[in-house]
Amino acid sequence: MRVLKYWQALSEGLVQAMEQDPDIFVTGISVDYSSGVFGSTVEACKRFGKKRIFDAPSMENALTGIAIGAAAVGKRPVVFHPRNDFMFLAFDQMINLAAKWKYMYGGNAGELPIVFRAIVGKGWGQGATHSQSLHAVLAHFPGLKVVLPASPKDAKGLTLSALQSNSPVVILEHRSLYNIEGEVSEEPIAVPIGKAEIVRSGSDVTIVAASLMVHEAKIAAIELEKEGIDVELIDIRSLRPLDEETILASIKKTGRLIVVDTSWEMCGLTSEIAALAAEKAFYSLKAPVKRIALANCPAPVSLSLENVFYPKPSTIAKATLALLNKSSDRIGNIDPEDTFKGPY
Amino acid sequence: MISGTYTKESASHIIDKIFTNEKASHLYRQLLWLRQSEETLARLYKEQEMRTPTHFGTGQEAVAVGVCEALECEDVVYSHHRCHNHYLAKGGDLFKLVAELYGRIDGCSAGRGGSVHLTAREKGFVISSAILAQTIPVATGSALAFKMDDKPNIAVCFFGEATCEEGAFYESMNYASTYKLPVLFVCENNLYSTESPLNTRQPEDTELCERARAFKISSEKVDGNDVYAVYQAASLAVARIRAGKGPFFLECMTYRWREHVGPCFDHEVNRTYRSKEELESWMEKCPVKKAASYLLRNEMVTKDELSQWNFEIEERVQKAVTLAKQSGWPKALELFENVW
Ligand SMILES: Cc1ncc(C[n+]2csc(CCOP(=O)(O)OP(=O)(O)O)c2C)c(N)n1
Ligand SMILES: [Mg+2]
Repeated sequence: MRVLKYWQALSEGLVQAMEQDPDIFVTGISVDYSSGVFGSTVEACKRFGKKRIFDAPSMENALTGIAIGAAAVGKRPVVFHPRNDFMFLAFDQMINLAAKWKYMYGGNAGELPIVFRAIVGKGWGQGATHSQSLHAVLAHFPGLKVVLPASPKDAKGLTLSALQSNSPVVILEHRSLYNIEGEVSEEPIAVPIGKAEIVRSGSDVTIVAASLMVHEAKIAAIELEKEGIDVELIDIRSLRPLDEETILASIKKTGRLIVVDTSWEMCGLTSEIAALAAEKAFYSLKAPVKRIALANCPAPVSLSLENVFYPKPSTIAKATLALLNKSSDRIGNIDPEDTFKGPY
Repeated sequence: MISGTYTKESASHIIDKIFTNEKASHLYRQLLWLRQSEETLARLYKEQEMRTPTHFGTGQEAVAVGVCEALECEDVVYSHHRCHNHYLAKGGDLFKLVAELYGRIDGCSAGRGGSVHLTAREKGFVISSAILAQTIPVATGSALAFKMDDKPNIAVCFFGEATCEEGAFYESMNYASTYKLPVLFVCENNLYSTESPLNTRQPEDTELCERARAFKISSEKVDGNDVYAVYQAASLAVARIRAGKGPFFLECMTYRWREHVGPCFDHEVNRTYRSKEELESWMEKCPVKKAASYLLRNEMVTKDELSQWNFEIEERVQKAVTLAKQSGWPKALELFENVW
C-alpha cells in the first residue's frame, strides 16, 4: 500500500471529506497560510479556495460560538487551533454549549456537526503553555468525542469519521507525529470513533497508550521482545467514547496493565483506564497497574529539565521489566534522537 | 441616531408601511400575549412546581415584540437567560414553554433544558442559553452561514446590558463587522445585572452605541418600552442588514419589573438595591399600556376591542397551562437519550 506522512494523511482526509460534503468549511488561525498548518491544509486551500477555508482572528471563544451557530443552520465547520492550549479560551462554547446542544434542548434544536482540530506540542522549549494535551479534560464531559490519531492511517480515517459525525468531535494531532510515515489507503475509508486498535498482540503484559506514546511504547515493545517479554500494545485512538471491551479483553489475557499518556496522571487518561481495570478486570490482574505520564509539574523549557520531564521508550521498557520483577540492566539507550526542528 | 449612510429619509417607505391599523393592533396583541403568559407563569411559579430558576421578562415585552415582528420566519433568533418573551414573540408554542417549566416530556426541550434553555427551531428561535454572552457569537455564526450560502436571512441575538461587559461580545462585534455579517445585536438595557446597578459596572456616561461604533457597527438607542419605536428601529436595522451593510446594534432602554430570578417583586422580599418608587415610575411607562393608549389615541381600536382581546388571550394562556400540566414526565430509561 501507498505510504504517506501523517500531515499528508490529514490533508487527504480533509480534502476527500470536503469533496463529499459541500457544507464543510475550515477556519482558525493560519489555516490558509501558504505553510498550511504544516502542510495539512495546503491542498484543501488549493482545491476549495478562500470561500471554504479561511483565516480567523485570534478569538477562540467567539470563533467556537460562530462555528456552533453555523453548524446550527446547516454547515459543518472545522475549527483549527495551532496549539490545543488555546482551546482553554473556547471552553465555554465547547463544553457549556457544543457538548450539551443535543441533550440540553431535548434533541429539538437539531444536531451540531463540528470538528475541532488542534495540535499538541512537545519539547523544544515550547514550555508550559504550548505543550499540554487537553484530551482528559475534554473527555470528562458527556457530549464531546475526543480522538487522538497516532498513525497516518488513523489521521485520515478519524478525520473522515469526525467529518461524518453529527455531534462535536475534537481531534488532537500530536506535532511530533506530523512527519511519521505509514500506509494509507487512497480510498476515503473512515475509521470508526470509539474503536481501539491492537497495534501488536502479545501475552505477557498489556500496554495501553494514545497518540505519540503508542510509538514510544512500540519501541519499548521491540526492546522487551529481546528480553523475552511479549507485549500487547493497544492504541485507544479515542478517549471518549472509550473502547472498554478491547482493553478489558487484553487485560484478561495478559493479567498486567501499563498505561502510558502524553499528559499527567491526575484525573487523566491513565487514571481512567486504571480505574477501568480495577472495577472490571480486578481478578485478572497479576500485578498492580502501572501508570506512566508526564512528571507532575508544568512543562519546563530548559533541555536538561525537558529530558527528565517526558517519559520515553526506555521509561516504558524499564517500568515493564520492573512490573515483571526483572532487571532492566540490559536496556541500553533505545530512545530515538530528537530530530524536531524549531521553533514550533 | 442611526449612524452610517442609511438615513431615515431613504427608508421612509419602510416606515410608512409600518403603522397600518392591522399591524399596530397585532403588535399590541402580541405584547398582551407575552404579558399575560409571563404573569400567569409568575403566579403559578409560587406553587414551587416549576423547578427551574426562571428570569421573568415582565416589563420588557416591547423589545421582543418590536424586533421579532420586523423579522421573517426564516430569520433566526437567539436569546439569553431572560428568554420567554423572545421565544413567544418569535412564535414559540406557549404550551411547550410551560411544559418545559414543569419538566415535562412535551416541553420544548423535553424537560432537559428548563426556563433558560428553550428552542423552537421550526419558528426560527434556535436557542436561548444561560451563560452570559454565549449566544452572541452563535448568532454571529448563523449569520456567517447565511452569508456563505447567499441566503437572504439574518440572525438576531437578544441579551442584557451586562453582556456588554463580557469578552465574547467584543470578539463577536469585531468579527461580524470585519466580515459584514447579517446579524442584529439587540441589547435590552434594563439598568441592572442581578442587583448590580450600571454605575458599578460601566463608566459614567457610557453609551453602548458608541462602543458599537468603535467597531464600525451602526447603532441606535430607542425607548424599549415603546413597541412602535422598537418596531420602527428594528425594521430599519433589518432592511439595512438585508441590504448587505453588515451588523447593527440596537440598544433598547427598558426595566425589569420582577426580581432578577423568581416571581416576586423586590420590595416584597425586602431587597434594597432599588426602590419601590423607581419600579412604580417604570410601571407608569408600561409597554402594554403605552401601546394601548397609542391605539386609542389614534382611534385604531375601541375600548371594547381591547377588553375582548384581553379575554381571548387569557383563555389561550389558560388552555396552554392546563394542557402542559397534563403532560407526562420523561421516563428514567430516557435519561441517556440525545447525549450525542
Ligand atoms: C458567564 C456568566 N456569568 C455570570 C452569570 C450569572 N448571571 C446570570 S444573569 C446575570 C445578570 C445579567 O444581566 P443582564 O445581562 O443585564 O441581563 P438581565 O438579567 O438584566 O436581563 C448574571 C450575572 C451567568 N449566567 N453567566
Ligand atoms: Mg440588565
